[in-house]
Amino acid sequence: MTETKRIVVVGGGMVAHRFTEAMRDRDADGQHHITVLGEEPRAPYDRVALTSYFTGKDPEELSLGTPELWDDPRVTLHRDALVTRIDREAREVEDGAGRRFPYDHLVMATGSYAWSPPMEGADLPGVFVYRTIDDVAALRLYVEARAKELRRPVRGAVIGGGLLGLEAAGALQGLGATSTVIQFADRLMNLQVDEGGGHALSRLIENLGVSVRCNTATQAIKPDKSGRAGRLTFADGGEMLVDVVIFATGVRPRDELGREAGLAMGERGGVVVDDTCLTDDPAISAIGEVACIQGACIGLIAPGNTMAEIAVDRLLGGQSTFPGADTSAKLKLLGVDVASFGDAFAQTPGALELVYADPVAGVYKKLVLTDDARTLLGGILVGDASAYASLRPMVGSDLGEDPAAWLLPEGSGERPSVELPDEANVCSCNNVSAGAIRCAVTDEGCTDIAGVKACTKAGTSCGSCLPLVKKIMGTELEKAGIEVSNALCEHFDMSRAQLFSAIQVSELRTFSEIIERFGVGRGCDLCKPAIASILASLYNEHVLAQDRAALQDTNDRVMANMQKDGTYSVVPRVPGGEILPEHLILIGQIAQDYGLYTKITGGQRIDLFGARLEQLPSIWKRLVDAGMESGHAYGKSLRTVKSCVGSTWCRYGVQDSVGMAIALELRYRGLRSPHKLKLGVSGCARECAEARGKDVGVIATDKGWNIYVGGNGGFTPKHAQLLVEDVDGATVFQVIDRYLMYYIRTADRLQRTAPWQEEHEGGLEAIREVIMEDSLGICADLDEHMARHIDSYEDEWKAVLNDPERLAQFTSFVNAPDQPDPSLAYVEQRGQRRPATASERESGAVLIAPSTLEVRS
Amino acid sequence: MTTTASAPTDQATRVLVCAYDRLTPDLGVAALIGDTQVALFRLADGSVHAVQNLCPFSGASVLSRGITGTRGDVPTIASPIYKQVFSLIDGTCLVTMDKEPQAGIAPDLVVHPVTVDNGQVYIDLAGGP
Ligand SMILES: Cc1cc2nc3c(=O)[nH]c(=O)nc-3n(C[C@H](O)[C@H](O)[C@H](O)COP(=O)(O)OP(=O)(O)OC[C@H]3O[C@@H](n4cnc5c(N)ncnc54)[C@H](O)[C@@H]3O)c2cc1C
Ligand code: SF4
Repeated sequence: MTETKRIVVVGGGMVAHRFTEAMRDRDADGQHHITVLGEEPRAPYDRVALTSYFTGKDPEELSLGTPELWDDPRVTLHRDALVTRIDREAREVEDGAGRRFPYDHLVMATGSYAWSPPMEGADLPGVFVYRTIDDVAALRLYVEARAKELRRPVRGAVIGGGLLGLEAAGALQGLGATSTVIQFADRLMNLQVDEGGGHALSRLIENLGVSVRCNTATQAIKPDKSGRAGRLTFADGGEMLVDVVIFATGVRPRDELGREAGLAMGERGGVVVDDTCLTDDPAISAIGEVACIQGACIGLIAPGNTMAEIAVDRLLGGQSTFPGADTSAKLKLLGVDVASFGDAFAQTPGALELVYADPVAGVYKKLVLTDDARTLLGGILVGDASAYASLRPMVGSDLGEDPAAWLLPEGSGERPSVELPDEANVCSCNNVSAGAIRCAVTDEGCTDIAGVKACTKAGTSCGSCLPLVKKIMGTELEKAGIEVSNALCEHFDMSRAQLFSAIQVSELRTFSEIIERFGVGRGCDLCKPAIASILASLYNEHVLAQDRAALQDTNDRVMANMQKDGTYSVVPRVPGGEILPEHLILIGQIAQDYGLYTKITGGQRIDLFGARLEQLPSIWKRLVDAGMESGHAYGKSLRTVKSCVGSTWCRYGVQDSVGMAIALELRYRGLRSPHKLKLGVSGCARECAEARGKDVGVIATDKGWNIYVGGNGGFTPKHAQLLVEDVDGATVFQVIDRYLMYYIRTADRLQRTAPWQEEHEGGLEAIREVIMEDSLGICADLDEHMARHIDSYEDEWKAVLNDPERLAQFTSFVNAPDQPDPSLAYVEQRGQRRPATASERESGAVLIAPSTLEVRS
Repeated sequence: MTTTASAPTDQATRVLVCAYDRLTPDLGVAALIGDTQVALFRLADGSVHAVQNLCPFSGASVLSRGITGTRGDVPTIASPIYKQVFSLIDGTCLVTMDKEPQAGIAPDLVVHPVTVDNGQVYIDLAGGP
């Protein structure tokens, strides 16, 4: 047996994660055991997405690495483990608790710390930095507490107008504080953008309500009466009142361990490494922000990940070297696009600059080209960075005859289409070239974006390259003669979305006409329910109308949920979870009379299990007679709108969440969709209704309602993302009307809102443009369609009860309509019945057979 | 008129189930013959098929409530519980959905001969392929 090498990684940040993941992926024989020692109390997380903590993301959602990675027997992760010493002689590191960890190879991945200038008042309460989850959590608590005390908006200031400073300013705004960015340099983001870009950026940022003060040197932070940060003083004699201050004045490498261990240090700090990421001790590597590589420490994630890959490769005997850092960046700060790439400041001799600026729209774009105006060297995009994904990989390539075409606004004429060279770097976060993506398609047989992502890791970090990855993949598939198949099944070549518009335009209303016109054969269990759902979405006719019953999926066919033994569950609608006592009593009475198992559902209503097919009409008759209606618990349709109790009773509520939930549930009841739809409404930010776990979550604010979309529970849970803020009730309806209708029209078969939203070209941003700015010109149509749905709603159970022909379908046996299914068998459990298991049937333990469960009706 | 979908049935052992008109195209019904449950389908082309009602993969008697369709030229029925697809011609399970049948139950269905005679549908449990 070969010996296992012990690798110790100091620091549990982003680059440590990448190192561990790459080693586990590539060390096929399991030759290396990795111990990660991290100071923070949590597993590595996505620091780049730190600000999303304020838009309600859970810290867990930021975690990097699957649970399997950290559970792998060849990986040990110690949290709360601050390494205090490296003993190079003994090849051991020691942590603050005195634990010692011997290593064969040590990897330093300690990152950076947020640096604040030595300034009077920098240690006052109310002064923060912005680097870790703990930092932002503390900031949030402080701002929320101050807001309560002060009873006016908290005044926030950010010192530093770079990338981080703007993120922090956005975070303050998100917390309801005012925010002012104080920048020493003459423009914002002076490291990434030139003067023109800086001005465009200032204008855009100010439009969003963030004040900007450039050319301003902060001198001191003065305390208020309570000893907390209260006032800033500036070198020019000016002053400003503040309640909270964030330093975003840059980072410094956390190189103290290396310094004490006597490793070579960079001039401006950082542990010096060569192009293979080794320090001057061959048993120690350094990667990420702590490493001083090619003379500098780099504060970006992409080069850090590259270093992690190189260190792994070298440990496994590979030959890779650091290619030089790509310092390109595309950011979305407060919703404003900023990108810079390549030689953004035109430092190449003879370089030409091509500038397009639209001050009114707040757009500034610059391309830097070689002296013959053909080869792209770099560029800056502010306000509209849609061309970034295509342009960045083109650096060093010929842009063709008319480079200016690349600067025109999106949609004004075709962007030139140029085939990227294989070596062009498409995903800079994970260093994936165009060639690697082509290879994933041609050699690895990937045929969809999920496959390419899994195979190459392209687009798995910041995601800005996804549109380009998609395009390259599509072209390659086409070349290989592989049709990108969205076909519904063997009977229809079209995707659900295509079929939806085909049916809509042709105005066909029966399955036989539709399959004759657009498909082949007789259909199957895949296309029939899909078409039934489309017809229901389009016309809102009864699910059992005309030839539809035979098309419906299991549950819709009898308007109840089939359970494992073939019996059904019955769920009457309880809008918003508000229920009259007499309805509660009726439900209990029915359960007793029919011996049904009862359970409260997650959607705030009551489920009655164990009803036989032939019992459904009589049960529903009693419910309908008492004024209850179908809850559509069986449909791919609106299920429930869950709500908290809201301002009518709750001490904290700011809006009537129950009233809103009922209005929404009555508005969308019966709406058929590609998959089930769940909504939630909370009466304040405490979010007791867990609305962000729903397809649409509505959360009350002091000023109105925030709408979140695309949350799903289930297999891959997702929190809903913010769509609009502080809108009034009428707008809530309009926005949700359009969101749902657009989803219904364009999603795939059985695709829930979260993946739909993710895979939609341009993501949520593009969806927002469709429904808020009418970028496709379909809003009137969506509105009208939803209005039609609302007007034509009828309770489907009531309709069936009035129709003897359809009632005939609710019989157990065509030749013995009153005989219950003799194979049903139940046992008692906790005072109710449940289906008997196979062994219980065999052992004769069955207590209750269907014939003994007779009905009083 | 006589429409047969499978082998002709024996006049002596066949059992009358219902009138042909009681069957809606593509909408199955269950029939109870002695203790045996049968799933009965009239397809759009007018043919009538009968298979066991017991779904091998769930152990529930539900196939009559599945969706009819075709795979290639073969008429099929999909189980409403876990969506396995079976041939209505010979009962073969065409799509298992990566599941195993319940212990002691074969994955393929028993097919019962059906005759339509004078507008009446008969099933022959004794007969069979
Ligand atoms: C708000 C924000 C936004 C950002 N946005 C972007 C962006 O858009 N694009 C981009 O490219 N980059 C961005 N960055 C930078 C990016 O996050 C860093 O480049 C990246 O996290 C560096 O990874 P790392 O592993 O080297 O360091 P880190 O992620 O900082 O990890 C280092 C870890 O080591 C731990 N540690 C330090 N010393 C010790 C010790 N002695 N013992 C044990 N543990 C120790 C630290 O606690 C830390 O957890 C952003 C950073 C922030 C804060
Ligand atoms: S979300 Fe707010 S209003 Fe609703 S119950 Fe919770 S605290 Fe009360």
